[in-house]
Amino acid sequence: MKVELEADKCVASGQCVVAAMDVFDQDDDGIAILLTEQIGDDQLDDVKEAVAVCPAAAIRLVQA
Amino acid sequence: MRRIAVVGASAAGLSAAETLRREGYDGTITLVGEEPEPPYDRPPLSKQVLAAEWERDRLALRTSADLAALDLDLRLGVAATGLELVSRTVELGDGSEVPYDGLIVATGVRPRRLPGEGAHVLRTLDDALTLRERLRPGQRLVVVGAGFLGAEAAAVAWRLGAEVTVLEPAAVPLAHAVGAEVGRMLAQVHVDRGIDLRCGVTVTEVTEDGVRLAGGEEIEAHEVLVAIGSLPNTEWLEGSGLTVGDGLVCDQYCEAAKNVYAAGDVARWYNPLFGASMRIEHRTNAAEQGMAAARNLLAAEGARKPFAPVPYFWSDQYDMKIQAYGFLRGHDEVAVLEGDLAQRRFVVGYRTGDRVSGALAVGMPPKAIRRWRQAIATGAAWHETVRTGAPAAEV
Repeated sequence: MKVELEADKCVASGQCVVAAMDVFDQDDDGIAILLTEQIGDDQLDDVKEAVAVCPAAAIRLVQA
Repeated sequence: MRRIAVVGASAAGLSAAETLRREGYDGTITLVGEEPEPPYDRPPLSKQVLAAEWERDRLALRTSADLAALDLDLRLGVAATGLELVSRTVELGDGSEVPYDGLIVATGVRPRRLPGEGAHVLRTLDDALTLRERLRPGQRLVVVGAGFLGAEAAAVAWRLGAEVTVLEPAAVPLAHAVGAEVGRMLAQVHVDRGIDLRCGVTVTEVTEDGVRLAGGEEIEAHEVLVAIGSLPNTEWLEGSGLTVGDGLVCDQYCEAAKNVYAAGDVARWYNPLFGASMRIEHRTNAAEQGMAAARNLLAAEGARKPFAPVPYFWSDQYDMKIQAYGFLRGHDEVAVLEGDLAQRRFVVGYRTGDRVSGALAVGMPPKAIRRWRQAIATGAAWHETVRTGAPAAEV
């Protein structure tokens, strides 16, 4: 699976980092950044959690 | 369980419905929403939408394809009007009934209002679009209430060139929530911009020309926005046998009765992390609690998990972002942990008993505050975490 992030929607809550810190980080303004676009099966649950808790609905999972 | 009703189609209800599917539930999900819109996001209403930077299409919480994939029995534009616990039936405003095996209540809150006609409130997309049509340079706007919503709207209106007066009953805005010193600092940001902020002022009614104060004085305005807090939408539960008391009362699992759960702004539940009953009107809590309620509804006996989150909220005002973790209410002490209030770059910590119960940051890099989130999540002792003797001046 592939992760898509709409950075201009991001509200810098950092919830994605809490949910999946191998996949997300934040820049100095708090805006989320992707550490990797392609994710493995072992990361899938964490990223689904990040999609669900993102308060800006800025993260999507798509078929690679 | 073959029929689950989720009442409320905003962030919490949507999150619950999605989680049911993610957990493998393949029965019927009836999602009931009072507003005609598919689930949309509310925080931008007082920010980008009011500022006319975003249009309604950017607010959709999910694409129509994502919604369709959930295979919902979607009932939009109709409110729940009653609940029959024994026969397990939700009654809707159009006269129809929704039978269920499991129920998730996510009916949210509505704005408190003042006597008199013609004032704006800010809760729905329509509210935001109506207000923004009236915000023009030179328009005189009175905002009643200097909480986070009122402050955000005032900031946007100011940027659009309106003349803004904010009327607040407390001596210091938000003092009960964030402490007097932080409240004063946040208020000063508005005063510096030229907002006419008047504290200790009680508004009794909205009039044709503006608002009337408790002393009888009238303040003229073209538009009035009332932002004095919210009331949980629980009227439809009256007489159902569920316990209502400033929200639908739930246990630590978000359960209100057998197979009945609640999530989001309407839910008053016991958060074991803080040992307190709370009702949280934050965007992130809606999503997290919707997930928790859905999982617990599906869980086998003994497999349910207490819902013990660290609450989080943010607020955007002018170029300032305020972020807070934890449960700040009822704190015993506030201390500056990093930075400086006067420079508007800081993290302050909140002590309740001997634990770090909250942290609030302005203008700090995200890692600075995430560290404190961790301290709150683990229930760290204040005297061990906040170094005594360090320049953590009491405020």
